[in-house]
Amino acid sequence: MAQYIPAILEFFYILIGLLSMMTAVRCFKDETNSARIGTGLFWLILGVVFAAGKLIPYVVSGVLLAIMGVLTLFKQVKVGQLADISEEEGQKSAERIGSWIFFPSVLLAVVAVVISYTPLGGQVGIGLASIVALIVAMVITKAPPKTALEDTDRMLQSVGTTGILPQLLAALGMVFNAAGVGDVISHAISGIVPEGNRLAGVIAYCLGMMIFTMVMGNAFAAFTVITAGIGVPFVMMQGGDPVVAGTLAMTAGFCGTLLTPMAANFNALPVALLEMDDTNGVIKAQAPMAIMMIIIHIILMYVLAF
Amino acid sequence: MEWIKLIGILIILVGFIFKFDTIAVVIVAALSTALVSGMSLYEFFTMLGEAFVNNRLVTIFLLTLPMIGLSERFGLRQQAVILIKKIKGLTPGKFITLYTALRELAGLFGIRLSGHPQFVRPIVNPMAQAAAKHTYGDISKEDEDKIKARAAANENFANFFAQNTFIASAGVLLIYGTLKDLGYKVSDASIARMALLVAVIALILSAASNWLFDKKLAKKYNKIKGVDK
Repeated sequence: MAQYIPAILEFFYILIGLLSMMTAVRCFKDETNSARIGTGLFWLILGVVFAAGKLIPYVVSGVLLAIMGVLTLFKQVKVGQLADISEEEGQKSAERIGSWIFFPSVLLAVVAVVISYTPLGGQVGIGLASIVALIVAMVITKAPPKTALEDTDRMLQSVGTTGILPQLLAALGMVFNAAGVGDVISHAISGIVPEGNRLAGVIAYCLGMMIFTMVMGNAFAAFTVITAGIGVPFVMMQGGDPVVAGTLAMTAGFCGTLLTPMAANFNALPVALLEMDDTNGVIKAQAPMAIMMIIIHIILMYVLAF
Repeated sequence: MEWIKLIGILIILVGFIFKFDTIAVVIVAALSTALVSGMSLYEFFTMLGEAFVNNRLVTIFLLTLPMIGLSERFGLRQQAVILIKKIKGLTPGKFITLYTALRELAGLFGIRLSGHPQFVRPIVNPMAQAAAKHTYGDISKEDEDKIKARAAANENFANFFAQNTFIASAGVLLIYGTLKDLGYKVSDASIARMALLVAVIALILSAASNWLFDKKLAKKYNKIKGVDK
């Protein structure tokens, strides 16, 4: 079965590409959006890169991504008119459907987890589960396909440009790696960390993830670079278990996310949403937990990885 | 002059401080790093395109959006409120801990929530404030803000420390992919199992901290009311 995985995943990417192109068409037609051409182009390009990424030369995809960057830089990507959902409609169907409304979400999780234990793996699982859950959701809510498409567009546009940020940051990590950023940091660290000292290596890996995440605002971007630069030479090559070290390094990075204003979605957004007086109130509330957790991470990695 | 390669990090830093457009900043950071390390423009665009296309897996969660959109329209949030209201006698700390536990459970099942707009603002904070008012009477503006901050912070704890317990989460996929690229063939299930330990520890710590917070509030306000509970 495993040999079909790439083909199945490619099918999902094409599906995502088509959804994105549907949003593009709606944006092009949306006369209320002052930036409808740019917004439409953004979603069209994203759709093309997703659906045809394997067919078009990589250099073309790279240039297309740069165009997306130019579009967002000049504020030409805006959320247009979305299908609205009303509190009343929600309240009414809550009475009608009750707790069954949670069923598709639970089904999504269960199907994805079950498939992750088959040779198809977790990645295919989430795709297949999404489709099953959507069909069941349509049956339970009796929503016509048109509503489903409208809501897809609403979700896509509101997740918006930040939705592709993790993927873009992963790509940035690869460029950093190819350019040797990891080596520079690794050299700098190796000046401090005594070779062969496991505890020093573990501390450098965890703190490196935390600090680099604070700088980048995102643990995903830090992970590739710090793992190649510090994790492999100072922990894995000293005999550290890659699963234990890698998994703990990622959450050590999240300790950094809790401490940085760069992680705007998590630390600045709630301040605005909750109308708090202190702009750093959320970070202050998180700091004690972040510091305790990073110490625990260092201990766990040292004890469990070796 | 090896240090010049860190220019990309500097650009990201400056970009975020001055709140420039994130996507543009990331691409400019990648471009500058590539150029100072001797890549040509052609090589850069090829590498950027290839890296982005090969990382499409990270964005596969977009496929879950249609179902979530429908569930939202048909009362997901409203039904959650109905369920939570059935539980009585909660202090703000206890309520926030309960949310943290539920949020971690959702993470375990891979349910992606953009928690702050969807749950913290409309449900968690109002319910926690209501619990405070019910237990202690009127509380000060500072304490109101502390409850808000605590609600937002616990959303982040639960989200971050529990998300990798789900086998198909972006984090697990990235750990798996990076280790594979570096020559370590591992199973994604073992990554998720390791992450479970972190999630449990985070939950215990956050429950303890919320318990202490309750005690502090109780001491402060029960003294004012002159009631001993």
